[in-house]
Amino acid sequence: MIEVSNNQISYLKKMRHHKQLVRITRVLLLIGFLFLWEFTADTGIIDSFIFSSPSRIVLCFLGMVEDKSIFLHTGVTLYETILSFLFVTFFSILTAVILWLNQSLSEILEPYLVVLNSLPKSALAPLLIVWFGATRTTIIIAGMSVAIFGSILTLYTCFQNVDPQKLTLIYTLRGNKWHALTKIILPGNIPSIISTMKVNIGLCLVGVIIGEFIGGREGLGYLIIYGSQVFKLDWLLMSICILCIIAMGLYGFIGSLEKWYLKTMK
Amino acid sequence: MKQILELKDINFSYHTAEAETLALTQISFSVKEGEFIAIVGPSGCGKSTLLHIIAGLLPPENGRITFHGNVNPDHKINIGYMLQKDELLEWRSIYSNVILGLEIQHKLNTRTKANAMQLLETYGLKQFANARPSELSGGMRQRAALIRTLVLDPEILLLDEPFSALDYQTRLNVCDDIGRIIRNEKKTAILVTHDLSEAVSLADRIIILTKRPATIHQTVDVKFEVPELSPLERRDAPEFKTYFNLIWKELNHND
Repeated sequence: MIEVSNNQISYLKKMRHHKQLVRITRVLLLIGFLFLWEFTADTGIIDSFIFSSPSRIVLCFLGMVEDKSIFLHTGVTLYETILSFLFVTFFSILTAVILWLNQSLSEILEPYLVVLNSLPKSALAPLLIVWFGATRTTIIIAGMSVAIFGSILTLYTCFQNVDPQKLTLIYTLRGNKWHALTKIILPGNIPSIISTMKVNIGLCLVGVIIGEFIGGREGLGYLIIYGSQVFKLDWLLMSICILCIIAMGLYGFIGSLEKWYLKTMK
Repeated sequence: MKQILELKDINFSYHTAEAETLALTQISFSVKEGEFIAIVGPSGCGKSTLLHIIAGLLPPENGRITFHGNVNPDHKINIGYMLQKDELLEWRSIYSNVILGLEIQHKLNTRTKANAMQLLETYGLKQFANARPSELSGGMRQRAALIRTLVLDPEILLLDEPFSALDYQTRLNVCDDIGRIIRNEKKTAILVTHDLSEAVSLADRIIILTKRPATIHQTVDVKFEVPELSPLERRDAPEFKTYFNLIWKELNHND
């Protein structure tokens, strides 16, 4: 048994209280906001035609669950996001590796990558629709375009920042560049790969929604644009709520992947 | 004793956009099997460059290196290299760090694996075989780094200031530790250091380099009355101070 002093006990107590306070206030804030929204909409203080209300959103959601259309829209958006995320992850690691292996190539391509990365990618979406047609493939490409250039640059920088002594170690063990890549660069950069993935999943969702705005016939982005055009604000706000949940879920998934990795490395 | 390595008139310079810096000029010496050589010199004089050239990491600009008196330039021998820091890979266990070189050289088999395990056991790291490097002390880490080169059974060990990253007390102990292991395994070794007491406590012969561009200033044979002293015991022997002062004087003399 480890002896615990009274000061330590009171410190732990304080910490627990603080955590509880934060948690309870968070929930109360949400409940208060929803209540205020519902109340002002019901009493006509705000126009529920424009602002909708929590109950109308829930009813709208239940209606779409009944005719199953919500599963289609959510499923399509999720499918497109995950696919573009997987492609971005794969291609950005591959490109960063190629750039790392070929110093001259990376010097040649650097300004192009920087320009492509700082370009607002939503500007590309209309072009993509014209080139590839209003299909799911186009929307997936739109999703990729938002994340891929930044991801390549980040990963390439991480690869370059690896301790040069670690690479010398490989060469003193008579390894070549390929060994440096597979024994040092890739395994040593798994944490940075995961943290780029965390950023990418959100960016892909942004790209996919932009794609659906312009060229989608289904999906939450389509629902938002369509809802705004026919003044069905319930659809719009409901889609935004679902997007919040999707974004949180996807981010949480990568987060737990990171936690699992750190745990196995302990 | 057989001669294992000979350097003849080695020159080397570094090239940058601004200038060419001559680092080494006319370096010639030879090493016999089982010998422990220390190379000392002022900081930045090109000691590490010399080791890099011997290891084949850098090609010499002039001059030649021969192994076992074989003039064929393609005749290479197995060289072990110990860096300033242990450079153990945090994502690998100690055992898997130790077999890194075997993996790279495709020499991983039941015999070499057993040998790696045996070396870990002999040098007190067996119970840490599955531990992460961060769980080991600085001294144990440096020992693991040495075993990583020993499993490749090198004919020459090159030690590039391998204790400089450690605090003073650990440094004395690790120096003693590594010195004993190298004697025990009967390895030929070349140590580069700026710490004179380290050189005197480990080496059979000390090569003193001048400032950059480095050339050999003098070679001092180190002989203790009682042979087979460990590095720590050498520090207490009466000759230690004599050699230390001699080399100290020579180093400052060439300033």
